[in-house]
Amino acid sequence: MAEKVKIRVTVNGVEHPAEVEPRQLLVHYLRETLGLTGTHVGCDTSQCGACVVHVDGQAVKSCTMFAVQADGCEVTTIEGLGEVGRLHPVQEGFWEMHGLQCGFCTPGMIMAAADLLNKNPNPSEQEIRHALEGNLCRCTGYHNIVRAVQYAAQKMQAGVAADD
Amino acid sequence: MADKLMGKAMKRVEDPRFITGTGNYTDDMQLPGMVHAAMVRSPYAHANIKGIRTEAAKAVPGVLAVITGQEMKDAGVGGIPTGWLHPGIKLPPHYAITPDKVRHMGEIVAAVIAETRQIAEDAAALVEVDYEPLEAVTLGSKALEPGAPQVHAEAEGNVCFTWSIGNKDEVDALFGQAHKSVRLEIRNNRLVPSAMEPRASLAQYTKASDEFTLWTTSQNPHIHRLLIAAFILGIPEHKLRVIAPDVGGGFGSKIYQYPEEIIVLYASKKLNKPVKWTARRSESFVTDSHGRDHETVAEMAVDADGRITALRVDTIANMGAYLTTFAPAVPTYLYGTLLAGTYKTQKIYCHVTAPFTNTVPVDAYRGAGRPEATFLIERLVDTMAHELGMDPAEFRRKNFIQPDEFPYQTPVALVYDSGNYEAALDKALEMANYKALRQKQEELRKQGRYMGIGVVSYLEACGLAPSALVGSLGAQAGQWESALVRVMPTGKVEVFTGTHSHGQGHETAFAQVVADELQVPVSDVVLIHGDTGRMPYGWGSYGSRSAPTGLSAIVMASRKITDKAKKIAAHLLEAAPEDIEHVDGQFRVKGVPDRSKSFFDIALMAHLAHNYPADLEPGLEATHFYDPKNFVYPFGTHIAVVEVDPDTGKVKLQNYTCVDDCGPLINPMIAEGQVHGGIAQGLGQALLEEAVYDESGNLVTANFLEYTLPRADDLVQINVGHTVTPCPHNPLGIKGIGEAGTIASTAAVANAVIDALRPFGVIHLDMPYTPEKVWKAMQAGRGMPQAAD
Amino acid sequence: MYTAEFTYHKASSVAEAIQMLQQNPDAKLLAGGHSLIPAMKLRLAQPPALIDISKVAELKAIRLEGSTVVIGAAATYHEIASNDQVKQAAPILADAIRHIGDPMVRHKGTLGGSLAHADPAADLPAAVLALGAKMKIQGPGGSRMVDAADFFQGMFATAVGQGEILTEIHVPANAGKQAYEKFPHPASRYPVVGVAVVVGANGVQAALTGAGEHALRLTKLEQALAGKPLTAEAINAACQGIVSPDQLMGDHNHSAEYRAHLVDVMAKKALLRVM
Repeated sequence: MAEKVKIRVTVNGVEHPAEVEPRQLLVHYLRETLGLTGTHVGCDTSQCGACVVHVDGQAVKSCTMFAVQADGCEVTTIEGLGEVGRLHPVQEGFWEMHGLQCGFCTPGMIMAAADLLNKNPNPSEQEIRHALEGNLCRCTGYHNIVRAVQYAAQKMQAGVAADD
Repeated sequence: MADKLMGKAMKRVEDPRFITGTGNYTDDMQLPGMVHAAMVRSPYAHANIKGIRTEAAKAVPGVLAVITGQEMKDAGVGGIPTGWLHPGIKLPPHYAITPDKVRHMGEIVAAVIAETRQIAEDAAALVEVDYEPLEAVTLGSKALEPGAPQVHAEAEGNVCFTWSIGNKDEVDALFGQAHKSVRLEIRNNRLVPSAMEPRASLAQYTKASDEFTLWTTSQNPHIHRLLIAAFILGIPEHKLRVIAPDVGGGFGSKIYQYPEEIIVLYASKKLNKPVKWTARRSESFVTDSHGRDHETVAEMAVDADGRITALRVDTIANMGAYLTTFAPAVPTYLYGTLLAGTYKTQKIYCHVTAPFTNTVPVDAYRGAGRPEATFLIERLVDTMAHELGMDPAEFRRKNFIQPDEFPYQTPVALVYDSGNYEAALDKALEMANYKALRQKQEELRKQGRYMGIGVVSYLEACGLAPSALVGSLGAQAGQWESALVRVMPTGKVEVFTGTHSHGQGHETAFAQVVADELQVPVSDVVLIHGDTGRMPYGWGSYGSRSAPTGLSAIVMASRKITDKAKKIAAHLLEAAPEDIEHVDGQFRVKGVPDRSKSFFDIALMAHLAHNYPADLEPGLEATHFYDPKNFVYPFGTHIAVVEVDPDTGKVKLQNYTCVDDCGPLINPMIAEGQVHGGIAQGLGQALLEEAVYDESGNLVTANFLEYTLPRADDLVQINVGHTVTPCPHNPLGIKGIGEAGTIASTAAVANAVIDALRPFGVIHLDMPYTPEKVWKAMQAGRGMPQAAD
Repeated sequence: MYTAEFTYHKASSVAEAIQMLQQNPDAKLLAGGHSLIPAMKLRLAQPPALIDISKVAELKAIRLEGSTVVIGAAATYHEIASNDQVKQAAPILADAIRHIGDPMVRHKGTLGGSLAHADPAADLPAAVLALGAKMKIQGPGGSRMVDAADFFQGMFATAVGQGEILTEIHVPANAGKQAYEKFPHPASRYPVVGVAVVVGANGVQAALTGAGEHALRLTKLEQALAGKPLTAEAINAACQGIVSPDQLMGDHNHSAEYRAHLVDVMAKKALLRVM
């Protein structure tokens, strides 16, 4: 077995020192080592986006990144985005607008949508559809996913306005 | 009493766990001592296995076992049976691991069990298999040609079965007298279901009690338990518990009994350790049952009044390499019996030949037979309307079965219970602004732009199914559904159903109905499903049966609870049971509203039984087994609008309108979500998706880089409407909605594309309408007199 | 979904990475990893060692040097597309990047990785070819500059030699009006045909990706438009049979004949945008 590598990764605000096999993908480190099973694996060709997490504030596919590459990084997973009682506006949008059915693509979809709204707080419908190009959903036809992101955008805008 | 919850767009109770990443899917589970399986799969579509050498794999540190087909056969593990039989059907053995011959790419030849998944995958690559490759056949019609490679020795000429419905001579006679007839050669493209959660199975063996537990990605855990216990492993049914936890979509692909489930069960006992297997997506493509794959010649005849007189259909339905659980039912009883559609066709004859080929097995995929039937009917209807120079919507209207003609006996066995097809058509035409669309189409054509409008008026039969009827047609299963409603001493309610929710929102919608029935807060009701250890026997979810069949069982059980509660209340209130009314959540004496008992009072006393009717059992729970009297028959009209880019041939969906009639809506938000998703899948078949095999039997489109799933930018916001025609034979009048979108939308999009291409002389094209195919059709038609440019 | 085993080496400088390459001659460089890791997961690639250059600061810089935009090979698509100097001086890069993969891919994928991998279905090779960019390649013996036109040598084959690293991409600043048009594969969204055009002091420079074994300049198109005012009529006339189908690849979804037609269509769209 290849020599293990020592890494330090901060996941959802908690620092984790670990020794990982170089070939361990970040998604498997999250799911199997840390037990954060909200991040899913839906394909093996980096197409489906079920595994999207944020690394240093950017949405990435955790199936296309080795855990060693996350050394020194801040990772946010769906579990760290928000929880019932203090949901992130995108999570709330998915709930309010029925943006999910089987729930399997949902964590990746929410993380990708949250990244979009960080960069573009007021996206058009076409911009939302374009930004979600890397996330496959087989249940919703994307209709309510688009509405969920629009809901979140409005909610976040209202929040910004209220803070002013 | 608060307003009824039925009909309310309640937010889903299952969502908090999914949006926070705390759902529990099979692959999320880790058990102490758990080990991992990796499958060795055939790279060949057709080959004899001359030998398997496992030494190198076994020598890898951490490898616990390498299992072959011969080992399992020697251990007495049986083949995988099919659940639907036809007279004369050939049933070649189907082993979890093939001992001697592979018949499709991806078939399992050995399984490696190791301490980690990494080691299992490393070692699987070291299993040496000596293959003798054979010529392969992948297309149904090719498999039926003389001299085609033989897939199974047991099925001569590769014919698994033939089937027909209707009287051919009578139909031929009507074609002889026809005013006009049209004929289409239709290829219904093969699809890969592609639920987002890959299949996974985890088996645990408990030595002390000699019991197995299987967590698996299933739409119907009881069917697995029955098949595995009684037919495959030969163990007592009560020694196996099958649990389907959160399941990430099914669309039919998670109905079937798959080999991997058997392998992990076998290995868990052999090693006395929990064994988990999770599919890589590349494995899903070559193992999950595919859908559709028909080659059909379809003809329609009309009389001088433009009324459809006859339909003649000859279909080759590719079964793939083996028969999976319900495969023989799909191109027969879910297809041939649907060919009347919404029309008063006088006579119909349909003949089906089902060959084996060297491809992944084909079974039910969302809609299962009904999309194929609808596509064929609605393409013929459009083609005939065009031939007659009639507007396609008006040709449909002219041929509809009328509202006063129900119950309606079709010429293909089914008796439609209710319907109002014209109402749905009119509403859809209005919502889509059909007249204006046609004008716009004309204007755009003058500018060299090609817009197409596709109309479909579909009907489907779902809510599987009256047990005696399907039994007479070959089903080896009942199709009723069960419910257990259990009230606890605190008045909280557990509802157990034999159906399974894997995205359909049953935990919310069914709870809404129970809350109405029992007049309790919906938060006091919990729906429990997907565990053979907890609920009565049930047949699972497919065929849009969960609401019409499963929920009907729940309603009937709930009514038993209410009846019993009234008896307890009568005793406590010293009144006659018939004088007790159930109002505003209270059981009270009619005319004396202050003499009442709450649901909680009743629940508590049912359990204490301290002050209790002498002739009544204590406790407050009820079971109901509901066997439907007929199928249910949802229907509707869908209208798709597309535009074709004349430079590239790319088809872009412009807008989409649908009007569906699934009876009264339980939760409109959830029902509409089902329609959205169904439409996306149907659009996928029409424009994007196709499983393509090359000549050697290699699946070319074997991952998401090659197989095109619809993405967000392939769809538009969908304009959804409803009409409400209640089903006359179930307690809520409800019909299924899970498959309607898919059944209608493939044909709607197809009709729109062909409509757009009319100026190029196009009558029909095979799906999917990929840019090159469309561009070539336009090239061929350019310069034709009717071409607008 | 596991790759084969490998050893992992994290470089902190180009010099160290070159040294690591000498010690591990069969190693692969890991930058964004979005071509390499998927291939490794399917075990189509099984390198014994990976040298991670994604955090090497000197490979990430983007700067304007006179009339050249210098882009570090490990700068990500996202960093490039959101860089103001790139947007102003070499907008075609941002234009092409907008259509690469999806946001997650753009956060990780790098320009240098894409060029050095030389996937025939990558977008950016067309853009750097049309721009007439130069590649800086560093090895144990020092560095050299290679014209983009000489860089792409075949399917997955470039001028980068054994033990060498592509370190910088030198892009002419303000080379003229520029546009990239692609016809994406419906599933993978890689270009079935991608055409980049730059119209400036050197006339029309155009390049094609996606359809052939490697990206190439569309010299026939360039010559057809040489010295002519760029009018719709001239563009229409020039965009007819730009490439012959027998120069192109075909698959079950997109034949060589169709791709050749798409080259005309995409070239025309791009040229009309910069007209």
